[in-house]
Amino acid sequence: MSMSAYLSQLVQVAVALMLAPLLVGWVNQCRAWLQNKRAPSLFLPYRTIRKLFVKDAVVAQNASPIFRLTPYIVFGAMTCAAAIVPSLATDLPFARAADAIALVGLFALARVFMSLAAMDIGTAFGSLGARRDMFVGFLAEPALLMVLFTASLISSSTSLPQIVDTLAHHEIGIYPSLAFAGVAFTMVSLAENARIPVDNPATHLELTMIHEAMLLEYSARHLALLEWAAALKLFNYSCIGLALFFPFGIVVSGADWLAVMSSAPLLVAKLAIGGVALALIETLSAKMRIFRAPEFLGTAFMLAVLAMLVNLLLGA
Amino acid sequence: MIEILAVLGFPLSGAAVLAALGHHRIAPKVNVAASLATFLAAAALTARVVSEGPLLVLDRQFFVDPFNVFLVALTAFIGFTTSLFSQPYMRIEEEHKRLSSARLRLYHSMFQLFSFTMLLALLTNNMGILWVAMEAATLTTVLLVSLYRSPASLEAAWKYFILCGVGIAQALFGTILLYFAAEKLLGAGGGALLWTELDGVKGQLGPTVLSLAFVFLLVGYGTKVGLVPLHNWLPDAHAEGPTPVSAVLSGLLLNVALYAVVRCKVLVEGALQTAFANNLMMGFGLLSVVVASLLLSRQKDIKRLFAYSSIEHMGIITFAFGMGGMVANFAGLLHMTVHSLTKSAIFFTVGHATQKTGTQVMDDIRGLITISPLVGWGLAIGSLAILGMPPFGVFASEFLVLTTAMREAPWATPFLLGALGLAFAAVFSKVQPMVFGETTARRLPMRPSMLPVFAHLGLVLMLGLWIPPFLADWYRQAARLIG
Amino acid sequence: MESLPLYAQLINLLASVLLLLAFAMLAQRRVVTLIDLFAAQGLALACSTAIVAYATAQPHLYFSTAITLVLKVAILPWLLHRLVQRLDVKWDVEGLINVPTTMIVGLVLVIFSFNLAVPISQLANTVTRATLGIAMATVMLSFLMMITRRKAIPQVIGFLSMENGLFFAATSATYGMPMVVELGIALDVLVGMLILGVFFFQIREQFDSLDLKHMEKLKEGEAE
Repeated sequence: MSMSAYLSQLVQVAVALMLAPLLVGWVNQCRAWLQNKRAPSLFLPYRTIRKLFVKDAVVAQNASPIFRLTPYIVFGAMTCAAAIVPSLATDLPFARAADAIALVGLFALARVFMSLAAMDIGTAFGSLGARRDMFVGFLAEPALLMVLFTASLISSSTSLPQIVDTLAHHEIGIYPSLAFAGVAFTMVSLAENARIPVDNPATHLELTMIHEAMLLEYSARHLALLEWAAALKLFNYSCIGLALFFPFGIVVSGADWLAVMSSAPLLVAKLAIGGVALALIETLSAKMRIFRAPEFLGTAFMLAVLAMLVNLLLGA
Repeated sequence: MIEILAVLGFPLSGAAVLAALGHHRIAPKVNVAASLATFLAAAALTARVVSEGPLLVLDRQFFVDPFNVFLVALTAFIGFTTSLFSQPYMRIEEEHKRLSSARLRLYHSMFQLFSFTMLLALLTNNMGILWVAMEAATLTTVLLVSLYRSPASLEAAWKYFILCGVGIAQALFGTILLYFAAEKLLGAGGGALLWTELDGVKGQLGPTVLSLAFVFLLVGYGTKVGLVPLHNWLPDAHAEGPTPVSAVLSGLLLNVALYAVVRCKVLVEGALQTAFANNLMMGFGLLSVVVASLLLSRQKDIKRLFAYSSIEHMGIITFAFGMGGMVANFAGLLHMTVHSLTKSAIFFTVGHATQKTGTQVMDDIRGLITISPLVGWGLAIGSLAILGMPPFGVFASEFLVLTTAMREAPWATPFLLGALGLAFAAVFSKVQPMVFGETTARRLPMRPSMLPVFAHLGLVLMLGLWIPPFLADWYRQAARLIG
Repeated sequence: MESLPLYAQLINLLASVLLLLAFAMLAQRRVVTLIDLFAAQGLALACSTAIVAYATAQPHLYFSTAITLVLKVAILPWLLHRLVQRLDVKWDVEGLINVPTTMIVGLVLVIFSFNLAVPISQLANTVTRATLGIAMATVMLSFLMMITRRKAIPQVIGFLSMENGLFFAATSATYGMPMVVELGIALDVLVGMLILGVFFFQIREQFDSLDLKHMEKLKEGEAE
C-alpha cells in the first residue's frame, strides 16, 4: 500500500470528522431560510459540541457500564464507517476491513448499542425511543441492503471502492434501476437519520421523539460524542448516496494524495446541494404517524427490490 | 361467399333494426324473421359446403370446413327456435311486469347481435378476430343477464363480466403468443393469425411458446366453456338471466368456446407431437364432469341444476376431444349437437314451468303434469334425454365416449361412470317430484308454445336412432380434421 | 458493459415506469388518483410504442400509438372520471389485505413473471424483447389488484390495466398484432367500458353503494 493511499485515508477521515457538524448546520440554515426564519450561525453545532465537552457529566446511579461505553462505541462505529465509505477517493486501505454488507452491520451495531443504552436507565421515554428506533431500523435495513445489492450486482462486487470504481466508469445514460435505487435510498436515509417525514429532529415533545428520546439521559462529553456521531451518520449516508449515484469527482485508484485535496471542494459542493435538497424535503413533507412508517419503508424496500429485478431483467 | 355474407349480415342488420324499434309489438316477430333468415342462409351455406367442399373466401378471412359448418347450422337453428320460444315467453314476462318495453328493445337487439358474434367466431379464419368475437359475445350477454335488475341478477352479471373478462384476457395473451410463434414462419401482418396458414406450418411452430400459448388459451376460452375451476360464473348467469338467454348460453356459447379451444388444440398437437394438449383437456374435462355431478345434488334452483348439467356435459365433450382419435372426436361432435338441442329444449320447458309456477326453487314446483301436461312431459322427456337414456342421442355419444375411454384411458372410466350415475340420480330425483308430484294447483289455461321443445327432442331422438348420412360424413371429416 | 442505443434505453425506462405505475396503482386508495395513474400508464405505453415505431421504421405502429392515446389516455379516463363524479365515489376502504403485504405478494409475482418471460424473450427478435417480462409482470399485478380490491371501480381499472399489460406484451414481443385485430380489441375495450358504465348505475341503483361485498350473496353456500 502506497503512502498516498494511507494519506488519502487519513485525510478522508479528518474531513469527515470536521465537516459533519457543518453539514448539520448547513441543513438547519437552509431549513430556516425556506421557512422564512432567521437561522442560527452555521457553526453552532461546533460550539455546541465544544460546550458539551467542557461540562461535567451527570450519570444516573443505576447506569450500567453499557451506558458509559455506548457513546464511544457509537462514535467509533461512525468513524469506521467514514473510513470505509469512499467520499474523496476509492483507494482506501481501510476499506478492505469491511464491504458494503459489513457497513450495514456497523450501522446496526451503533443502533443496537444506542437502544441498549436508552433502555439502560429504565425511564419510560428511553424505552419508548428505543422501541420506535428499532421498529424503524428493522424495516429500513432490508431496504438499504437491497439498494447496496443493486449496486453490487451492477459492479459484481460488494466492496465499496470497487462499486464506486465501476459506477464512475459507467457510460452516461438512463438507468432505471439506479433511478429506483436512488429514490429508495433517499427514503431509507430519511428514516435512518431521523428526518421528517419519519422523525422530527427539532422536536422537544417527548411523545413524538424517536431518535432524540434515546439521548435524553446523556450529558456533557457523552452527549457531545453522540451528537457528533449523529452528524457523522448523516454525513456517511450522504456520502454513500453520492458515491453510488453521483460518483463523478471521486478520485479513482491510481492518483496521488494531491488529487485527493482537489476532490474535497467538489465533495463540499455536492454536500451543499444535498443539504438544500434535504431541507426542501423536510419543509415540504409532514411528519407521519409512526404506524405509517411501515408503509413508507415498505415502499422503499419495494422500490429497491424492483431496482434489482429491473437490473437483472433489462441489464440497465 | 354470398351465403357467408348473408349468414353474418342478417343478424347484424336485425340487431340494427331492433335497436330502433325493439319495443314495438312487432319486435318479436322481427326477431323471429331475422333468425329465420339467418337459418335459411346457414342452410344454403351448408348445402354449398356439402357440394363443393371447404371454402376459403374473402381474402382468406373466412373459412368454412366440415367442423364449423355444422356448428353454424346448429347455431342458426337453435337461434331460430329460441326466437320462436321467446316470442310468447317475453310477452308474458312483460305482462307480469317483470320487464319494460325499453328493456325488451335491449333484449331483442342484443339477441341478434349475440347471434352475429357467435357466427362470426365460427366462420372467421383469423384467430385474432375469433378473440374479438368471443369477447363481443360476452359483452352482448352481460346486459342480458342483468335484464331483471334484481340484486341477484346484477351480481350474476358482474361475476360473469369479471370472470369471463379475466379469462378472455388470458386468451388474448395466448393469442399473442401464438402470433409471436407464427410470425417467425409466416411473417408479420394478418397472414400469421390465419388458422389455415397456421395449420399448414404447425409442425414448425416453436414448441415452448406453443405449449405456453395453449395453456393460456385453454384457461381463457375454457372459462367460457365452463370448465372447472373456472366455472363460477356459469350457474349464476344461467339462473338469473331470462330463460331464452340461458338457452343460448348453454346451447351456443359453450359450444363456440369449445370450438375455439379445439382449433387451438389442433395447432398445438401438430407443433408439439406430444400428448400435452390432450392430457390437459382430458384433465380439465374429467374434473368438470366429476365436480359438476357432485354439486348437482346440492342445487335448489332448477336453472342452476341444469346449468351444472351443462358444465358436466361440456366436461364430457372436452374429455372426448382430449382423448382424440376418430371415434372419440366423432362422439364429441355428436355430443355437442345433441347436448345443445336437448339443453335448450330443457331450458324452454323450464322457462314455461317457472313462468307458470312463478318460482325457480325446485321444492316449490310440484305436479307439472297436472298444471300443464305439455310442460310436464316436456321436462320429463328432456331430463331423461339429457341424462343419457336410450334411445336418445345423448346415450349414443356417451356410449361412444365411454367405450373409447375404456380402451384409451381406462383409469378415467370409473370416474366417468360414477359421475354419470351420480348425475342421473341427482337430476332424476329432483325432476320426478317436480313433474309427477302432488299439487293442489289447477290446470292453467295458457297454452305454452312447446313446438320448439318437441322439435328439438324429436331431432335428438332421431339422432339417437339414425344419423343422416351427410351428417355422419361431416362428423367423420371433422373428426379427421381434429385428429 | 456496452451501452444500448438511446431508443433502447428510453424503452427500458418507460417499461420500468410502467411497472412502477402498476405498483403505485396497487397501493393507491383514492379513486381519482387511480384513474390518473391509469392514464399515465396509457401515456407511457403510447410513448413506448411511438419510440419503437420510430426506431424500427414500422408505420403501422404509429396507428397503434394513436389508438392507445385516444382510447386509453383520453376517452377511458374521461369516461371513468365522469362516472366517478356522477356516482360520487371518493375513497376505497382498505382492500382485502393491507398495503405492505400486497406489495410483497406483488414482488413475488414480478419475480415469477420475469422467470416465465426469459425463455420466450430469448426466442424473440425484436429490440424490446427484454421488456416482455415487465409486460407479464404488469398483467399479474393488475390481476392482483383486481383480486384484492373491494369496490367496483378499482376492480375495473385493474382489468383495464391488465389489458394495457397485454398490449405492451404484444408490442414488445411481436411489434404489435395486425391492425384489424388491434382495432377489434380497442373496440371491445371501449364497448366494454360503456357497458360497465351502464352497469355501475344499475348496481348503484340497486345496492346504493358500489361496495362489492353486497354482491357476494350468490355463493355456492346459498344454492346448496
